[in-house]
Amino acid sequence: MSTARPSFKFRGGSFHALVVRPESPIEAWLADVDVLLARSPGFFAGKSVVIDVSGLSLAKQAFLGLLDELSKRDIRILGVEGANPADVDGRVPSLVRGQAERPDTAAVPAVKSPQAALVSSLLIDAPVRSGQAIVHPEGDVTIVGSVSSGAEIIAAGSIHVYGTLRGRVLAGAYGNQRARIFCRRLDAELIAIDGHYIVADEVEPHLRKAPIQAWLEGDELKIMTMN
Amino acid sequence: MAQVVVVTSGKGGVGKTTSTAALGAALARAGERVVVVDFDVGLRNLDLVMGAERRVVFDLIHVVQGSARLSQALIRDKRIDTLFLLAASQTRDKDSLTDDGVERVIRELRPSFDWVICDSPAGIERGASLAMRHADLAVVVANPEVSSVRDSDRIIGLLDSTTDKAKRGEQMEKYLLLTRYDKNRAERGEMLCIEDVLEILCIPLLGIIPESKDVLHASNMGLPVTLNNPASAPARAYNDAARRLQGEQVPLVVPSDKVTLFSKLLGRRAA
Repeated sequence: MSTARPSFKFRGGSFHALVVRPESPIEAWLADVDVLLARSPGFFAGKSVVIDVSGLSLAKQAFLGLLDELSKRDIRILGVEGANPADVDGRVPSLVRGQAERPDTAAVPAVKSPQAALVSSLLIDAPVRSGQAIVHPEGDVTIVGSVSSGAEIIAAGSIHVYGTLRGRVLAGAYGNQRARIFCRRLDAELIAIDGHYIVADEVEPHLRKAPIQAWLEGDELKIMTMN
Repeated sequence: MAQVVVVTSGKGGVGKTTSTAALGAALARAGERVVVVDFDVGLRNLDLVMGAERRVVFDLIHVVQGSARLSQALIRDKRIDTLFLLAASQTRDKDSLTDDGVERVIRELRPSFDWVICDSPAGIERGASLAMRHADLAVVVANPEVSSVRDSDRIIGLLDSTTDKAKRGEQMEKYLLLTRYDKNRAERGEMLCIEDVLEILCIPLLGIIPESKDVLHASNMGLPVTLNNPASAPARAYNDAARRLQGEQVPLVVPSDKVTLFSKLLGRRAA
């Protein structure tokens, strides 16, 4: 008689993680994080985050303090990159990508540009519900899904909605006349570019429920269908 | 270990309490151990719909504040002995609900039941947010009209951001229960059709409950509609929804009041 053995299953897998690179001074950087979280409370929700401290030279105490501050903000830290393994204290896994040693601070500016590209546009892969506000002061916002009545998107750049737009969208909200609004189906309460807005009642009937783009010509907000 | 379900909607008067009672009774009649918990402190109604209003001694607030044990506050249903009620207090308000107290009550209920069904108050304030916080699964109740659908949309946003499950980074399971649906009025364009509601809310449908006088009649009798007249159209719709909650594949049809072979079979099985 043989007893059934528990079987082990192995499989390979790869996962995406968001790499967050704190900047010095840490207090000011944390304040910026708080501003971001106040605008979009769900920004880090469900995201695995890797902290890259390779650009900083933090003492052990300051580093552990930073981890505490981030966990206080419900940011789930998957691992840390560029820290001295002795500083990590076993709190989070130390990831090695060929630079476990602290690099010279001179190397920092060279790696800054890819991060700037990373934050310049925001992709939301879910419907935006009534009462939710997405504020993105850096660049474009793309929504794969609908924007509900009572929801609001505010972006420095253009806004793209691959779904029905029922809420309010404000593109170029920080002064950008070249920003545009695109959506698959226009049913918006309000659309605005660089402060020039129109409300639902002012939208011409043939544009309602149509795929459209909106742009600014001088002081006039123009809308046309994109069939 | 229980599944904790929150029945919520945002808007008032769409049928949360009726649905809590009907789903709870339907699950209990299928042999599951069920407790329905009224979170509408100060405006309690679930006890009336369950026909237990004259047997409430201790309530949720007593247990939350530690002045009564859970076993003292649980009221067993007179008809189905696997169905329990935890009533709300009528003399207090929602501020009496503490975070820790509610968490402890839910934790204590989990091991003894298969289903803990939390009847949320209307609104998005303290009572509603505490009712949804510990849920594993949400039943979002909506009527086919724009204000109800928009409020439900708002609630879905909160379910995805403020609940414990969302904070752990997990996805909250959400199902839509469309109540007071009138096929004829929808066809005449007097209310939203099912497709419109699903297009806005983008969550799977748990059931469609037809508008029916049986619902009001059952409430007045102090009986969940699934017990008062199991052969009625809304009772059949709730029974189907309860079976879907249990993971069964049940084809989605809107039951009508016409007596069909199906309802005869169901009625006989229930007898």
